Formats: sequence, C-alpha cells, structure tokens
Amino acid sequence: MKRLVFAALLMLVSLYCLGPFLWQGLTSLKTAADLTRLPPLLPHPPTLEHYRSIFAGHPLLRIIANSFIVATASTVLALSIGSLAAFALAKLPVPGKGAVLLLVLSTSMFPPIATVSPLYLLIRAAGLRDSPVSLILTYTSFTLPLTLWVLTHFFRNIPDELYRAARIDGCTPWQSFTRIMLPLAAPGIFATAILVFIFSWNEFLFALTFTSTTASRTIPVGIALFPGLHEIPWGEIAAASVVVTLPLLFLVFFFQRRIIEGLTAGAVKG
Amino acid sequence: MTEIGFHSLCKKFKKTSVIDDLNLTIENREFFTFVGPSGCGKSTILNMVAGLESITSGMITFDGHSIDGLPPGERDIAMVFQSYALYPHMTVRENLAFPLSVRKVPSADRQREVEKIAALLALTPFLSRLPRELSGGQRQRVALGRALIRKPKVFLMDEPLSNLDAKLRIEMRTELKRLHREFPVTTIYVTHDQEEAMALSDRIALLHEGALRQCGPPQEVYAAPANLFSAGFIGSPPMNFIEGTLLLDLPFLASRLAEYRNQPFIAGIRPTDLRITGEKRENTLSGRVLFLETTGETTWIDLEWRGNRIRGKTGPVRRTARDETAYFTIPPEKLHLFDKSSGERLW
Ligand SMILES: Nc1ncnc2c1ncn2[C@@H]1O[C@H](COP(=O)(O)OP(=O)(O)O)[C@@H](O)[C@H]1O
Ligand SMILES: [Mg+2]
Repeated sequence: MKRLVFAALLMLVSLYCLGPFLWQGLTSLKTAADLTRLPPLLPHPPTLEHYRSIFAGHPLLRIIANSFIVATASTVLALSIGSLAAFALAKLPVPGKGAVLLLVLSTSMFPPIATVSPLYLLIRAAGLRDSPVSLILTYTSFTLPLTLWVLTHFFRNIPDELYRAARIDGCTPWQSFTRIMLPLAAPGIFATAILVFIFSWNEFLFALTFTSTTASRTIPVGIALFPGLHEIPWGEIAAASVVVTLPLLFLVFFFQRRIIEGLTAGAVKG
Repeated sequence: MTEIGFHSLCKKFKKTSVIDDLNLTIENREFFTFVGPSGCGKSTILNMVAGLESITSGMITFDGHSIDGLPPGERDIAMVFQSYALYPHMTVRENLAFPLSVRKVPSADRQREVEKIAALLALTPFLSRLPRELSGGQRQRVALGRALIRKPKVFLMDEPLSNLDAKLRIEMRTELKRLHREFPVTTIYVTHDQEEAMALSDRIALLHEGALRQCGPPQEVYAAPANLFSAGFIGSPPMNFIEGTLLLDLPFLASRLAEYRNQPFIAGIRPTDLRITGEKRENTLSGRVLFLETTGETTWIDLEWRGNRIRGKTGPVRRTARDETAYFTIPPEKLHLFDKSSGERLW
C-alpha cells in the first residue's frame, strides 16, 4: 500500500515535470491543421514535416554548433579557473578567504537585466559584438561564483591530511592539485560542469543582445527568432526545441553515470 | 643519518602561543616521542618539521643546517598520519609507488621497491585493492609502507596507532619497533598515550601547554618525574598525590621528611608502590575501602585516608569489600616530593 502511494506520487511529479516536454513533443508531430484544433488531440496521422523544414529552411545546424562551442568553452573556462581558485581557497594559506568568497557571491547578486547594457557597451568597445567570444566571456563570469562556491565546498570536504601527505610525498601544490585533489573532487566537477553547460546552453538575454547574425546566434535566440510569414510557426519551434534538448539529455545521462561513479569512488575515509 | 635540532622554536596562531621557546636535540637514529594531552601542540611541532606549517620564530635544523624555507618534498622526510591519509582513488600498489613516481623513479625500480616493501609488511596479496577494501590494520601498514619506500632521512608519525583497536595497537607497536631496528632512521613520534610512548621510545619529551616539561629515557622519567605534571601524566594508574602536612606526624616518614618540615610540599606515590594488606602490621596505616577494580593479576583498591582518596595495589586473591578497613604502608624510599607552589621535584 505504502509503495503504491509512493509510486503514484512519483508518477505525478514526473508527469508534472515532463508535461511541457511531452506537449512540445506532441506538437512537433502535428500537422498544421491539427495544431489549432480544440480540444487538442493526439497527432493523427503524426508527421515529420516540421523536422524536415527546420533542417531545410533554417541554419539550425549552424546555431546548434554555435551553442555547442559557446557552452563548451564557457564550461571549460569556468571550471578551469573555478577549480584552481576553489582549491586555493580550500587548502592553501590564503589570507582573507571568507572575504573573497563573500565578495564573489555578492557579484552574482546583480540581476542580468541590470548588467546587460553596461556589458553591451564593453563588448562593443572591445569589438566582440556578434562573436561567440562575447558570450563565452560573459557566461564564464556569470557562472564563476557558483562554480567557486560549489567546488570550494567539495575541496574542503577532502581531508587536509591527503593534501599534506601529497606534499610530503614530494608533490608541488600544482601536482597535488592535479594528481590527488582533482580526481577526488570529480563528482563536484562533473555536477558543476552540467550546471554551467545548461546555463550557457539556455541563456537568452545576453545572447539576444550581443549577437545579430547566425555567425554567433545561439539556440534560444535562434528558435525565438524563427521567421514566420503570417503566424508563429508553432510546429517548427516545437520540433527545434525537441532537437536541441536531445544533446542536453544525452549529456546529463552521460555525466550522471560519472557523478555516481565519482561519488562511490571518493566516499571513503582515508 | 640526521640529527634534528630545535632552537628557541616558537609558534603562534594569530595571537595564541602554541609552542613557546622549544630547545631540544634529537639524536641521529633515535626513536623520539613527544607525548602530552591533546591540544598541547604535538602535531604542530611535527608539521613544522615537515614544512607544512610555518615557524613564527626560532629555527629547526637537520644536521646543523637550517631547513627553513625548504618545501616539504625537499626535506627528505616521510610522515604517517593518524587517519593514514591513503589516496582513496589509488590501489595499494599505486599508493606505495606514489612517492617514487612523483620523484620520477623509473618504472622498473618502482615495481621492485613496491614488491620489496609489500613483502616486508605482508601486503603482497592486497596490492591491487583500493584502500576502502582493506581493514584498519592493513591500511595502517600501507601508510607505513608508503613512508618507508623512499628511505627518508627522518620519519614523522602523528598518532599512527590511535585509530586501531587495543589488540592491534599492541601488535603494531611491536611491528614499529621491528621496523625501526631494520631501518634505523631518526624518528619523531607523537602520541597522547603515555604507555605507547614508554613502550616505543629511546627518549620521550613531555609537552604541556606549549612547554617542554621533561625530557629523557622513559625509565628515567618514570623513576624521577621532574614536576607534578610529569608525575601525574606518566604511569598508569596515575600517581596518588597527598598534601605534605598530612604526612608530617607519621613516625616512619619522619627522617625522610625532616628537611621539608618548613616548606609546603606535595607528596606523590605510585599505586604500584602502595601495598595494601588485610591485617595491621608495623608501620601500617588504616583506611576505608571505597572501590575495587580487578585486572586478574592485581587488584586496585581505592581507600579513603585522612580525607584523601588514594589508590593502592594488592595481590589477586585479596577478599575485601566496600567500607571495610584495609591497611597499607608508604615505603619512604618510593615517595616523590614536589614543591607546592612551583610543582618542581624536591627529592
Ligand atoms: N591552523 C590552526 N589555527 C589555529 N589554531 C590552531 C591551528 N592548528 C592547531 N591550532 C591550535 O593549536 C593547539 C595545538 O594543536 P595541535 O598541535 O594539533 O595539538 P595536538 O596534536 O597536541 O593535539 C590547539 O589548541 C589547536 O587548537
Ligand atoms: Mg594532534
């Protein structure tokens, strides 16, 4: 009985979370006529027409590639800088650690809408408008506070004695970082990487402001700006949304395995 | 081949002084132990020798040369930690080989050394296991192996046996002694367990509140504690302390105490030296039995005597019950006398 209730609750929550995706998936398979019919029905017959048209009529692949480059580069940058800084804050004798962490946190308090115009001016002055670099730099700086906080926590949880042992065994601080601390912080690294990647993949406001052509446009903006002649092309938007969500799903599943592996490998007391 | 010198060594964390003016020489090949209650600064001293903690003032020397400024990896030391600090993501083999691989020792030599150390410590069957797949004693041996494999100039051990259960701890003591005989390397050992310190060391140094209270061979510290702290810390069960004035009227102690008649002092006597008997004899005192504790071979009895609780020893078969009267003697030559205000040993 208890298990039945639990299963039912689980189903309910899953349905609640999955609902919009399912709707989107169904929409993407409906013919134009089906789309506006009330009450909404299952697509019959299902059609792949929208999928054909987004790849034929739009530079969708180019936009996906842009997003991929921007998100990957932001993730790599944020994690490289973030993990090194977090390591230093957690294990090295840095004066004023608490102050540094608070300062970093306070920078992430500004809502994006408050910073978008000054940032735009900076980006334009640097000649980076409509370049993926502008987004990479912005996303890195916006995700660094989170990265730093999460990773500092992870590095702190690694016993000090492991770092000390590594130093005595002959490691420089850099070697003890790469050979001991980093492998042990892997679960944290992967978790943060996913968050940063998803943020960069989905970000809309800066992408809309800093980009103007398909040379640097990313997915959220690309989809929002799908040109419709007389009406909003709901079917195509739905199809595109499904297509761009797939890589993300794949990524999360892939990393999730690594996180669990990492957790079980690292969760040992010396 | 290293003699370690501490010269006016001081360590402060912010404003709190942890080590205050430590002066000491540890001989080449000596097994030297810092012992003291927890929080007295033992680990801090080891960390300063290892280069993991900065020195506030003073100097540490290896063979007369200051090691100030040398990073830990260049001091040619090895350290064993209380938590073992094995790298959890590496197998036993990789853990043992790690100090060599960091130093770029060729793989073939590394392999040979690992096999040798593993055989020495009976770890050969576990070489491809991860630390979490080992028992506490095995982890301890891996930690020792990782320290031994490099043949360092100095061994540092920070309470390496504290996480083991009692039986294993005694076994590992013997093992440590054997290893020190086989690799006679200068060793600094740290423990809060005075029994362990006594059993292992060539010399022990008693630390309390950042100061060195006594330093010498274990038997010497036991036989002639230099002050009240040392007397109370070394020896188990701990020494009885009795206010000097309570003893002055005892005829059989009169000659022993004659010269301290006008000086406030505290007398100490170890429970092992206080023999308890069932019947009254010459020079016995009588007390009320408060508590008995049998360890098989001996029975410890707590007595109340002139308002003091004092512990004495009796043979295995004494039948005494609580609140009965028991008799004991204080052998004058076993009495330790300490100045009441300074705590220093008088005689
Ligand atoms: N990094 C530190 N910052 C501030 N105080 C410390 C630090 N490390 C140790 N102490 C203090 O120094 C004293 C001695 O510590 P420690 O050497 O670890 O003692 P022990 O090993 O003898 O138990 C303790 O009172 C402890 O609180
Ligand atoms: Mg300690």
